[in-house]
Parts: sequence; C-alpha cells; structure tokens
Amino acid sequence: MVKAGTWVEIEKVLLTPEQRAPQVPEDTKKVPYVMRVSGFLQKDAELNSEVTVKTLSGRIVDGTLVLVRPHYEHSFGDTVEELLTIGLGGEI
Amino acid sequence: MSRDTSYQAVMARKNEIMKMSMGLDYDVYKTGELAFDYEKMMDDCGFTLEDVIRIQAETKVGNTPIYELKNLTNAVRKTCKPGKGARIFVKDEAANASGSFKARRASISAYVAQQKGYKGMVAASSGNYGAAVASQAAQRGLRCIVVQEIYDSNKIGQPEIVEKARKCEAFGAEVIRLTVGPELFYYNLMVLEETGYFNASLYTPFGIKGVESLGYELVHQIREKTGKDPDAVMITQAGGGNLTGTARGMLAANCNAKVVACSVDLSGLHMASDHDFNRKSFTTGHTGFGVPFAVWPDRADVPRNAARSLRYMDDYILVRQGEVFYVTELLSKLEGMERGPAGNTSLTGAVTLAREMDEDQIIVVQETEYTGAGKHHNSQLSFARQMGIEVRRGDPTEGVNGKSIVIPEHLIQVTGHKQDMQKLRMSYLKNACKHVDPSKWTDVDKAFVAADCKRDLPWLEESLSKLKAEN
Repeated sequence: MVKAGTWVEIEKVLLTPEQRAPQVPEDTKKVPYVMRVSGFLQKDAELNSEVTVKTLSGRIVDGTLVLVRPHYEHSFGDTVEELLTIGLGGEI
Repeated sequence: MSRDTSYQAVMARKNEIMKMSMGLDYDVYKTGELAFDYEKMMDDCGFTLEDVIRIQAETKVGNTPIYELKNLTNAVRKTCKPGKGARIFVKDEAANASGSFKARRASISAYVAQQKGYKGMVAASSGNYGAAVASQAAQRGLRCIVVQEIYDSNKIGQPEIVEKARKCEAFGAEVIRLTVGPELFYYNLMVLEETGYFNASLYTPFGIKGVESLGYELVHQIREKTGKDPDAVMITQAGGGNLTGTARGMLAANCNAKVVACSVDLSGLHMASDHDFNRKSFTTGHTGFGVPFAVWPDRADVPRNAARSLRYMDDYILVRQGEVFYVTELLSKLEGMERGPAGNTSLTGAVTLAREMDEDQIIVVQETEYTGAGKHHNSQLSFARQMGIEVRRGDPTEGVNGKSIVIPEHLIQVTGHKQDMQKLRMSYLKNACKHVDPSKWTDVDKAFVAADCKRDLPWLEESLSKLKAEN
C-alpha cells in the first residue's frame, strides 16, 4: 500500500500504435506513445493500480502508479579512458 | 463538455490554441502568398534592445563574460600554416541563471506572460530551453510545465535529457516525460488547452528578441578588449534562433562579421526513430534540426517562425561527434573550463575555421553551456558504449553515426566540413516552390524569398530558371 501524499510517478498510454501520427517512421509506429509524470498521490493505492496525482503545477492527472518516490540516478558514467590522455601535451 | 483528445482533433484546434496561449495574431503580418512582414512582426512585440537588456538584468540574464582562449589558440596555430590561426574568444553563456544562452530566449517570454496575466508557462523542450523557462518562470512567480521527449520504448532515458528534467524540477517546474515521437507537439497543445498557460515557444518574436542582446554584447566586449570588431562569429545551429538573434544583435551594433553556423553531423539517424533516439550522443545543435530549419523555418510550432537563420548565415560548418568530444576535453585541459559538450559544437567549428584565418583576426564562439552528471561528454560516451556503439580514438572521419564514435588522436584531425551554401539556398527555394507555385508569387513574395536566402532578386530569378530547367 502506498500512502496518499507520497511523491510517485504515473504512466499513461496517450496513443496506441494505431493512433499514432501518420508521419512517424516504422519502428516508432510499432510502439505506443507513452507519458510519465510525477506528483503527489491523491488516495492510498497499490502499485500498478490506476490512480490520480497532483503535479508540481497543480494539475490532477490519472495513470498507472509505476514508481514510488522516483529519484535521479544519472551520473558521469563509467570512465572513458580514451578521454584521459587528451590535452596532456603529447599529441599537440 | 469534454473535448475530443484524438491526435487529429487536437491538431485541428492548433490555431485556436496558439492564439489563446500567446495573444499573438500572425494573420495581420501576411503580405503575400508566401511573404509576411518579418520586421514588422519583430518590431510589434514592442521591445527595443535597451528594453530587452533591462528586462534580462531583472532575472540574472546577460552581461556574461567573454574570454580569450589563448592556450587553445596556440594549440591550433601548431596545426596550421605560419601566419594563420585566428584568436579564439568564447562568450561564457553558462553564466546565465539557468546555465545557458537559452535564459535569454526565455526571459522576454516570461516577462510577457507575467505582464499579460498568465498564471504559468508551457515549454516543449528536452534541452536547455526547458530549464531556462523554468528558471525564468520561477523568478516571475509563474507556474511552469516542461514537456520533454526523453525515453525510448524500453524506458531508457537519454542521460542529458534526464539531467534537464532534474534541473527543471529543481526550479519547481512540472516535467512531462514522453517517449519518442513528433506527437510531443500534440500533447503540448493539450496541456496548453487544459491549463490556459502561456505558450513559451522557442520561435516567437520574444524568443528571438531575447537573443539579440547576446550579439550586441559580444561585439561591444570584443571592441573593448581588442579595439576592433570580430571577423567571424561561430554559432551552434539547431532551430535557428541562436543564429538569428545573435546576428540581429550584431547588426544592431553595426558589426558585419561573418556569421557562421555549426552543427554536429548526425546524418543517417532519423530524428523520430525509436531505435535511433538513444544512439545519438547529441540531443541538439545537430543536423537533424539545423538543416531542415535553415532550409524551411516555417516548420515550427508557431504559424510564422521568427528564427530565420538562412537570412543571416554566411557559412555553415558540420563537425563530427568525436571531434566535439575531443575539443570539449581540450577546453577542460588547456583552458581550465569544464562546459557541456553540446554547447561546444560551435567551439569545435571555430577551431576548424580559425586555421583558415589570419593570426591577427578574431573569431568568437558565442556560447557555452553548463555541464554536470548526464550532461557531460564522459556520460555521453559511456552511455553510447552501453547502447552498443563503438568508441575509440582514431581518424574521426571513420565514425559512422549510430554505430561508432571516433575521437581524434590529434588536434590536426579536427577538421569539420563546410556545407555548400548554394545547395542550402536552392533547397529553401525548392521548399518555397512546393508550398506555393512560383507562378503565383507576387513581387512581395519574391523579395521575401530572396531576403530569406540572404540573396538579391537577380539571384532569385536565375535560381528559379535553373529549377524550372531541372524539372
């Protein structure tokens, strides 16, 4: 059970593959057009259930509850050794 | 009554939504079948350059430092003929409130939105612009929604865009995260309709006016530092607003330096392909936007685009992904400045052009952008590897977009390649002919098309005859 008021992420299919814009390329046309947004959960709910959230702009949006307290994990990545020797004098 | 939210129905309401969300009527500027009064549209937004500078100063935008990159210039001189190798300067636009020149672009829109009584702003942007709108909206007490294209269908986010989402949220904005596809525009319209917020499109006169201060400032700073005008200004080209605004600001300062566009060459990759999306190591400043917007600007989310880059462009250089990563690393190691790779596209172009210029000449790179987790060349290369792209040192011309990135072994291998301007202008002309048959063009249309190509009427007549002969 996820408590009302928790910061969560929801997901919603906006367009099924059949409903997609006519100009999209073949590979994109095979997959649905999906939206995700974070907000405060409006009522207690189970993960993967249909819920509504209140976003940071105050909108009420519905969708499937997919993440609890979403956070960022992006980083500087694994060390790319090819960069380390650039600019040290040898090659210039 | 709830409105029809199908793709077709929302797109059909486009003009109505646009008018409501900007308070701008583009119809009044129409002067021909193709032509519109561009200068009147720019003037009517009611801001002089002095107004722009004053408004921007209110929200921590503008007056950014300009630095001479002496070590990089010296390194370049070792790779060219004696007497060659122009002095390279960079305008450190990362010093704007949100970390990029896009703060200039967002600042006037935020001011207008506040003046007109809108409660919030909506921006469709996966890049620095979203963060800029969020930062400006925050300072003006407006709500902000940023609509991003960020994930492929496997829910893998491009690291640079993930970082931008974080930054937007840091400024209090709601971030709507979408999968790959041009339907972003459709959802953006729905959000505008639902909220009644101001449409902070990149391509309004406000967006372009805001960049004029950049061109104006850089000319004055170079005059102050060197006692002369720059000879060339290198500008990263995507949608064309950076180039258009900067060039207009340079003209306002009576500077006729060469205006040179630069984009990362991403040929071979489809911009709306779910597969290709995470096989690009640049999310902007690349040919996927730069070329189409140069040769037909009226493909934007507004009826008439205020960013008309071909009107001001003298040359257009393409650089490879590996070349930009190499120069980004050099900027850190030689100049002690760590900046985002996308913003260093024009720096890479400047390295290649400086070699052809005399050593007493001056070339200005007119932007930098902030860097950080995700938005860093190491993040991009590491991510590229995860996506199965080969990363190695070698001859950058061997790189194949979507398959490999080859980082130069030596500065001499950073060469870029020039685009044929005549070809680009002919491409514009073909697009114009496709929209309205040239037999229907009035004199006003002809003058408009010629001006949009930075050419005169005899060139237009000759080029039209050539096209006719080809068909």
